[in-house]
Parts: sequence; structure tokens; C-alpha cells
Amino acid sequence: MAGVAQRLPRLLALVPYLLVRPGVLIEEVAADFSVTVPQLRRDLELLWMCGLPGYGPGDLIDLSFEGDTVTVTFDAGMRRPLRLTGAEATALVVALRALAETPGVLDGGSVRRALVKIETAAGQADGVVVGLATREEAALAAVRDALDHRRALHIRYYTPARDTISERTVDPMRLLLVEGRSYLEAWCRWADDVRLFRLDRIEHVTTLDEPAVPPPQARPTDVSGGLFRAQPDQQVAVLTLAPDARWVAEYYPVEGLIEDEGGAATVRMRYAETEWMVRLVLGLGADIVVRNPPELAEAVAQRARAAVRRSDHLAPSEAG
Amino acid sequence: MTAAARAERLINLVLCLLSSRQYLPAERIRRTVPGYADAPSDEAFFRMFERDKAELRELGVPLETGRIPGFEAGDGYRIARRDYELPDIDLEPDEAAAVALAARLWDSPQLADAANGALLKLRAAGVDVDTEPSVLVQPRVRATEPALTPLISAVQAGQVVTVSHRRRPAEQPAARILEPWGVVSWRGRWYVVGHDRDRDAVRCFRISRIAGPVRTVGPSGAVQRPPGVDLLKIVAGSAEPPPAAHTARLWLAHGRAYGLRRRATVLGTMTVDDVAGDVVTVELPGYDVAARWIAGLGPDAVVLEPAELATAVRDRLLAAAGSAG
Repeated sequence: MAGVAQRLPRLLALVPYLLVRPGVLIEEVAADFSVTVPQLRRDLELLWMCGLPGYGPGDLIDLSFEGDTVTVTFDAGMRRPLRLTGAEATALVVALRALAETPGVLDGGSVRRALVKIETAAGQADGVVVGLATREEAALAAVRDALDHRRALHIRYYTPARDTISERTVDPMRLLLVEGRSYLEAWCRWADDVRLFRLDRIEHVTTLDEPAVPPPQARPTDVSGGLFRAQPDQQVAVLTLAPDARWVAEYYPVEGLIEDEGGAATVRMRYAETEWMVRLVLGLGADIVVRNPPELAEAVAQRARAAVRRSDHLAPSEAG
Repeated sequence: MTAAARAERLINLVLCLLSSRQYLPAERIRRTVPGYADAPSDEAFFRMFERDKAELRELGVPLETGRIPGFEAGDGYRIARRDYELPDIDLEPDEAAAVALAARLWDSPQLADAANGALLKLRAAGVDVDTEPSVLVQPRVRATEPALTPLISAVQAGQVVTVSHRRRPAEQPAARILEPWGVVSWRGRWYVVGHDRDRDAVRCFRISRIAGPVRTVGPSGAVQRPPGVDLLKIVAGSAEPPPAAHTARLWLAHGRAYGLRRRATVLGTMTVDDVAGDVVTVELPGYDVAARWIAGLGPDAVVLEPAELATAVRDRLLAAAGSAG
């Protein structure tokens, strides 16, 4: 009966929706309710069969169709939508409150007014709090300003994957606040593609005199389901994490976690830059073992030996 | 019974109960509302009717049960219009845009569905909410932890819960009895805050580290959140202990180790092993994290002082070189 559970809220909302929009295009209704036009027509046909006790011609919900439009001519008493459920009120009120309490996201005035109106109609939602605020970031003011005035930016950006700094000219598109961090989504003229730049990694930002003009092929990134998506060209490492390195499996996306003895775990982890993965493994010392690929294990061992040799060069003079 | 026939019966039931001021006995509903007459027996009818009532209540329809004066054959049913109908709501375009943005905050099937359900009702109330607002700022909050939804329900019902929680990922989970005051999303992670009964203290637990089911204990309304408590502050305070700072002097190869250079001050230059580099001073968190960062850089970074940090880095490198034993 999952179908009924999904369909019923729509059926209960349709008549009030149509009442306040006489002569609305059927296509528009279908889009607003996220259903196909044939499904919407089936819904309307069903409602047409429903009504008040008596169930005669004057008791049933009546709709008139004209061209591609529809109008309710008798509502059978279904004049207003049902109240918001606790879960619906929570989802909306908590989100609005999070926006209201985060300076710089939206015009605070309109969010607060909306929040008051929704709370009045739907009730409070206590006990769920979302803090959107990210760390203080020096680049935020300049990025907001560039977005508001549609100006291009020149940035000095730190890329941890390669542990390097690069200079880029970008056309800002939007600011994303995801998982407690702020990102500038922009067309990067250097990469010739859309890129996300973490604000706390922007070393320096200059607002340019030229307008921001992302090309037509610059599409917003789909961030549903997280920022990091498995890419076919990524390599996969198999790593065994000692208890002290188990945080890696929480901090980075990993797959197929297997519990080993003594609190250790073996995971698969995707990576794009070998250099980055070598740094991660090297830093964890005895707390991590590379099971696969062998080239990664070898690269780690080589870097480690080179590092020990280099510190040996210093040891006599410094330690003495 | 097809799904369409059932939907039709439920809509007719809502219309019938909305239109009546009095409580209607079940028997009358059976005779009146189309669909129930098909029930072959009393038992079949009551089974049908029970399921329909449950389904409507699940959707939030305020189906009331009450005594009918002068009627001995049991309770009757009605839906009070003032409890059923969403009150008048009128949003200005900028307010509707804020609501649309808020509804898109959730990256979570349950919360996103709930937010979309709310939008549907607002549209039906005459509010025009744009589904694809063009916005310059888009916040997204993930909420995929299985324990989150039951914890929200427990918080809102004011019920005590038992959970099994790992302090660290490798540890065995330990049972906790918690009076939950609220759930908090902070820097991309969800926490539950409340009074831990065993420890008799305020505690906050990362929800992703709750293993297994959340069980409610005792009646609704048993948990009282102390007035004026700031949930976000409790989480922010316990989630981020102030980092202990240490100053270290390092050698960094030229043109390398930009992550460390971002926080370092260059003191001078020095050549090590025929490689040109800089001597820098840098404020670092605890030795453990610092040793990890520096060891990760391999030959591009060497600790000059303190000796304790140099040893910690060297130990990691020796282990990684496979010559620890």
C-alpha cells in the first residue's frame, strides 16, 4: 500500500491547490506536484468520483476542464490543505532557523519573517538545531561581494591533493555550505571547467574589474549525496587501519569496511592523486598498512627511506 | 481491492467526517461511505476501518474518537475542521524564496521528503514556492545516520532512550541511558545532547557512532530540557577542545610543503643533503597530529627542534620504511 501512502497527501492537497488557482495549466499542476501529466489526470479523475454523503451529482467534487486548464467548481468541503505533520514542520522550521542564524547566507530579514509565519501556521520545532556557521574565513567577504556584483576573481589557491599553490582567474557561480565548510563554486578559466574552491584554502583573493561570465556549459555541481563521488578513473587502495588510525575511515569516504582483530579495520579507499595518498599513509607510520596496490606500498617505503636519510644528514650537527 | 479504490474510500471518509459536526458511529460510516459496503463480514469491515484510521492518522489527519450522547453501541468518529486545516499563511515573494531555499537544505531522504511534503501543503494554501530558485548561496546539510530519525522522534516526544555508543571507532560500544534534550548538526556532523543518567552529567554523543537501534524507555513527556539551555553551545564546546599549540623549527625543501608553509614563518635558508630549503618556525597542534603532517611530507620536511617531535616523526618514517623492527 506504499502507493496509497504516497498518493493520498497529493490527493488531499490537489483540490485546495486548484481552488486558489482557477484555470491553471494542467502541465503546471503536474510540475508543482512532481508527477507526470497522465498521473495527474488519473488523480483528478479519482477526485471527481469522491464527495459528500448522498454522492449524487451535486455532492461530488466537480472540476471543469477547458483546453489544457482545470478549475474546481465544487470542493465538497476540501477547502484547505491538511496541517503540517510534526516531521514536515521540523524539516522546514529547523532549516529556516539555520538560515536565519547564519549571517551572510541570505537577507536575514526575509528568512526571519518567513520563519515567524511558518511557526505560527505549523508550530514550533524544538530540539533540533543546525549550525551552518563555518569557520571564520578571510575570503568570505570578497567572495560574497563578487557574487553579488557578478565580478570575476583572481585567487591564490592551496591544493592539498598536490600540496601546491596555484593562481587562477575564476568566474564565481555560487557559494555552497556543505558539511560544515564553505566552497566557492566557480568556472575556473585555468582548468576550463567548474571547480569547487574551499574558502579556507584561498590564500589571497583579488576582485577583478571584469564581469563574471561563466560559459553556458558551466553547470552547477550536483551536491546531493555528498561532495565526493566515486570516479571511474580513480585508483583504489586497500588499507588496514590500526585503532589509532580508525578515524581515517570516518574522515574520508571509504568502502567495504571489514573489522580485523584487536580493533583494526581494513577498508577500500579511492584516491585521485597518488602523491596525496602517499602523504596520508606516510604520516600514519605504523598505524596503517597498504595491502594494495603494491606500487603505492613501494612509493611509501621509498619516500620514507629518503626522509630518514635526509634527517640523518642533519642529525650530527643539530643533535650535537 | 485496488489501490485506487482504497484511495477513493479514504478521500470519501475524510470528506464525510469533515462534513459532520457530530461523532459518527462506525456502523453509520460503513453504510454511508462508498467502499465499506463491499466488506463481506463485520470482522472484515472492522479490519478495513482500523487500517484506514491508522493510515489517516499516519498522514497527520486529526481523527477524533468520542462518545455519542444517548448512543450505547460504542464510540463515534469525526474530524474537527479547525484541527485539520492549515491556518492562513501569506508569504511575500522574498519569504517564499527563503522557504524554498530552506526546503533544499536537507541532503537526507527522510528530511527532504518531509520538507517537500510541507512545500506541497504551502502551495495548496496558495503560496507560490519556486522549486528551483536561482540562489547565490546554497547550504546543504547531510543527515544519513540511521539513528537520527528515531532520536528526533524521542526528543520531540520527550522520551528517555538507551543507545549503544562507541567513544572511539575501534572501541566496543557501551550502553548509555540518555534523557535527550536535542540533536544538533555542527560542522557537518550530528550529535545528540542530553543528560546521561549513569554519569549524572550533560553529555553529547556523535550520532554516527551510535551502533544498533535507539530504544525508547518509559513514557512520553518524561524528559524536560532545562530552560535556557543552548544546545549548539554545548556541542561546539565539547566538539572542539582548544588545540594545544607547540612551536617547532623545521627545514622545508624549496617549493614544497605548501600546506605547512601556509602557517609558517620563514627564518632563513639552509641546504640539507645538497637540497636548498628554508628554515621556518611554525605553530602546531599536539605532537601526534604534527608528527603525522610532517612525516607525510617525507624528505621535503625535517624537524630541527624540538627533539621530541623529531623522534616522533622519525618513528613513523622508520615504520613506513618497513625497517622498524
